Amino acid sequence: MSQLQELIESMREFARSIGAVVLFLVRMLGTLPRLLLRPRLIVEQIYNTGALSLVIVMICGMFIGMVMGLQFYDILARFGSEEAIGVGAALGLLKELGPVVTALLFAGRAGTALASEIGLMRATDQLSAMEIMAVDPIMRVVTPRFIGGVIAMPLLVAIFIAIGLFGVQLVAVQQLGVESGSFWSQMRSSVGVDDVTDGVVKSFVFGVACSLIAVYEGFTAVPTAEGVGRATTRTVVISAVLILILDYMLTAVML
Amino acid sequence: MAQSTSVDMQASSPAASGNLVEIQDVHYSVGGRSIFAGLTLSIPRGRITAIMGPSGTGKTTLMRLITGQIKPDSGQILFDGSNVSTLRRADLYKLRLRMGMLFQNGALLTDRNVFENVAFPLREHTKLPNELIRHIVLTKLQAVGLRGAAGLTVPELSGGMARRVALARAMATDPEMLIYDEPFTGLDPISMGMIVRLVRQMNNALGITSIVVSHDVEELSILADMSYIIAGGKVVAKGSFTELQDHPSEIVNQFMKGLADGPVPFHYPAPDYFGQLLSRNA
Repeated sequence: MSQLQELIESMREFARSIGAVVLFLVRMLGTLPRLLLRPRLIVEQIYNTGALSLVIVMICGMFIGMVMGLQFYDILARFGSEEAIGVGAALGLLKELGPVVTALLFAGRAGTALASEIGLMRATDQLSAMEIMAVDPIMRVVTPRFIGGVIAMPLLVAIFIAIGLFGVQLVAVQQLGVESGSFWSQMRSSVGVDDVTDGVVKSFVFGVACSLIAVYEGFTAVPTAEGVGRATTRTVVISAVLILILDYMLTAVML
Repeated sequence: MAQSTSVDMQASSPAASGNLVEIQDVHYSVGGRSIFAGLTLSIPRGRITAIMGPSGTGKTTLMRLITGQIKPDSGQILFDGSNVSTLRRADLYKLRLRMGMLFQNGALLTDRNVFENVAFPLREHTKLPNELIRHIVLTKLQAVGLRGAAGLTVPELSGGMARRVALARAMATDPEMLIYDEPFTGLDPISMGMIVRLVRQMNNALGITSIVVSHDVEELSILADMSYIIAGGKVVAKGSFTELQDHPSEIVNQFMKGLADGPVPFHYPAPDYFGQLLSRNA
């Protein structure tokens, strides 16, 4: 009986958490009209979350592309269809690896930075000081970071995919000798607008999820060093799991 | 730069009586633990009022109640006649433009320098040209003696300097009331003297109503026009410093003289000492 009660209580707690996150999102969106009058706040955060994640995204994109080139070549060579390497790599990057890996990198780089920054602002009374100065910290601090993350994610995914394709091409065409014309022409003829749309939708959804978790965890962090540390860890763990769950759900709907 | 507000006046007595803040029969508890049980006090306009009490009596909580950051379970908190706890967010923010608060650690924004910290409320609430903002900020920094530190970053400031910058920031919008939360804690005697002088100057020169929350009896004896001692969720004594020193209450006596034992016991409640030593249980 007590185990059943514990299960019910933990389910209630889960439902409460979901409710709290949804209410937080609604509160953030409520500040959006005022925020849109100050676009500079959003631009600053696109720079903080997006531009500062560029290096890690580009390096990872390049190496994942190069590994894909090697692996796809090995597999396709068994069937004598090495020229299809461009199609396989493009579809893999556009529909799966691009959005998923970029989102995981985003959670690790920008998500943790957002959560710890907001958490530390709470721990050092900076958010309370804003409240006293009649400045809404949700509007001034949280929503710009959330929107900045949502806008930055698809841009990072696009860069990741472009660099990844360059990496594939580098290995397949330059190193392994796949014919350049068929590499690009097969890719162009087989990749459709729907495939691109799939990647865009996924990157947008992951952007919302990762940014929301990061700002929520930071804003609700216990205002101690340990509390901020826990919030940062939770941001990475929850984001990573959620990205993979959402990826499955979105893929199931899109196929 | 004080902004006029359209906050409805819900009662007129405090303004008429010369009190800027009236706290009436406030009850507040957290997690079943009662912090205030019928707290009643008033803050006179244009004076320096000290709120004192042993640690953990809810002095900072009281400041959070006055500024509307938290709401009481029951009772009224009136700021110039407006019930702070029932205001809508927009009206509360308008009311807060008339208040300033100096946090214990300064609570400066770490992503901007001293100048931009002081300019922050002006940039958020006004559309003043940059040149005018610059003049106001430099004037406020001059008042706290830190005009020369305008370009420093927050980590470059000492504790005392951070509090003076925070004071300049709190003054930036020319509020009617300033709340000082433990302004003397952790400061060397020179910095402490500076803060005491600044609090007195603000009050004398600008007529700002000041609330100083502290347990530094010596500094408050120089500074406060009137003092309250809070213990057990209520006001246990009020009056001038001399009146409090001769107060018959044991707890007031213990607090004012800094006695280690008394109504506030030295030992945290615990089972029998020898019994616990001889027992195998922790």
